[in-house]
Amino acid sequence: MNGIAPSRVTRWVIGILVGAFFAIPMLATLLYTFRDGDGFSPVHWAALFDPAKTSSYAPIWVGLGNSLVLAVVTVAIVLFLLTPTMILVHLRFPRLRPGFEFLVLLPISIPAIVLVVGLAPIYQQLGRMLGTGAWTLAFAYGITVLPFAYRAIQASIDAVDIRTLSEAARSLGAGWATIVLRVIAPNLRTGLLAASLISVAVVLGEFTIASLLGRQVFQTALVVVKNTDAYAAAVFTLLALAFAFVLLIVIGLAGRSRTRKAGS
Amino acid sequence: MTSATRSTWAAIGLAPFAAYVLLFLALPTVLAVASGLVDADGAFTLDNMAALGDPVILATFANSTWLSLLTAVIGAVVGALVCYALLGLSETGAVRTAVDAAAGVFAQFGGVMLAFAFIATIGLQGVVTQLLLGAGIDIFASGPWIYELPGLILPYVFFQIPLMVITFMPALSALRPQWAEANLTLGGSRASFWTRIGIPVLAPSFLACTLLLFANAFSSYATAAALASQGSQIVPLQIRTALTSETVLGRENLAGALAFGMIVVVGVVMWLYSLVQRRAARWRG
Repeated sequence: MNGIAPSRVTRWVIGILVGAFFAIPMLATLLYTFRDGDGFSPVHWAALFDPAKTSSYAPIWVGLGNSLVLAVVTVAIVLFLLTPTMILVHLRFPRLRPGFEFLVLLPISIPAIVLVVGLAPIYQQLGRMLGTGAWTLAFAYGITVLPFAYRAIQASIDAVDIRTLSEAARSLGAGWATIVLRVIAPNLRTGLLAASLISVAVVLGEFTIASLLGRQVFQTALVVVKNTDAYAAAVFTLLALAFAFVLLIVIGLAGRSRTRKAGS
Repeated sequence: MTSATRSTWAAIGLAPFAAYVLLFLALPTVLAVASGLVDADGAFTLDNMAALGDPVILATFANSTWLSLLTAVIGAVVGALVCYALLGLSETGAVRTAVDAAAGVFAQFGGVMLAFAFIATIGLQGVVTQLLLGAGIDIFASGPWIYELPGLILPYVFFQIPLMVITFMPALSALRPQWAEANLTLGGSRASFWTRIGIPVLAPSFLACTLLLFANAFSSYATAAALASQGSQIVPLQIRTALTSETVLGRENLAGALAFGMIVVVGVVMWLYSLVQRRAARWRG
């Protein structure tokens, strides 16, 4: 019915060739983790649960712990700072929207490696005020996730008429806190979920800022472990990529349930 | 409460976010660029900017440029082919869902992990390297290029193709089947649909996405840093060297000057991107 769509053969040829380019490094990495001398065995996977190996994996667990704390704080910034501002701009300052959009999409155009040059002196000051705990990095991460989180939440805001909802709630006597928490937020839940998950994925994958500011996070720990045990680094790489893949599948499915509801 | 005071309160509601963006986006950007304009004592100088004319620095900018250009073009062409292959598949089907998620992972969250995957594949001890060696082919006969500039090409293409799929797919999906029908009604063929309608209509989007890919490769740091633990063949690695060692080329604050150079290149490319993108959006209803 669609005269534009490619033929079955073309589809398969492109799919197989490009699929191979992406599958080979992943499969090779998987094989690599099963390498044991000249043969193959799950020894490097079993080592994850070996108490004797715990100390050599310690950087990973510390880094992962820090990254999870950072993920939580970053999601908090998205939910409690970005989201209320977006709702406010939408309801009260619609004329500010183009400027606001430009601002939140700006981090796409400013390379993290440039940002880190300017963040270094700021974090020196911040370290004196708030200490050098890993969680303070979340302020920088909140900026790097802005474009992703904004797009996810804005898609929800555009799909729901929050202006009418908030006016209806107000005419029934609800205060602003009630409107935002009990009327608007539940209607934006798919967008908020997608924004949160994508923020988690970005934070777990972030390396540039943490590495150059000398903080221990998951990705910097991978590099440390790689130098002593390349197999362990490969195992954690596969696990982390698989985890991010699952997160994005969930985002895709969550977005779909919304479009289906909107369509019916 | 009068409406004037209500507006004031609403405006105050914007303040926390404004302060946050000012402190962690605007200030670092200004500091990064400004640090290139002061010397060790904080006095204004153009001395660091002169470093951008240094042959070593020019060479790294040239390296970054051709690496980004090459991987952007390969990524754009192959990514566009993938988008074409996905055309006509249900957006909610299993294939699209899996491809979208995989593209997101590789384009945005790979970084260090992609470098490791390529080391495990075509590193000196990599699975494919050893396999080929068994077949009598030594891919490193002319030296371990994987840890040098050419070694960045494959991992970069690996994250460029998925970014193209993410950014170009909306443009391709917006092609209207009615145009194909009109083309057929008027006696056109499948080929003439692409040469006369499809490609001209998509050209601006394709160009815009290629520019985005260029900026993406130019800014990318993690993959290169994990692959090339020493050396500074491209600008982001040169910034690392400038940040982690006291003086490079006998200059202070070189990182600031390099950051300034990067902002200019990426800024111009992203500006062109938005211009072309606006042109591309014209025919989309």
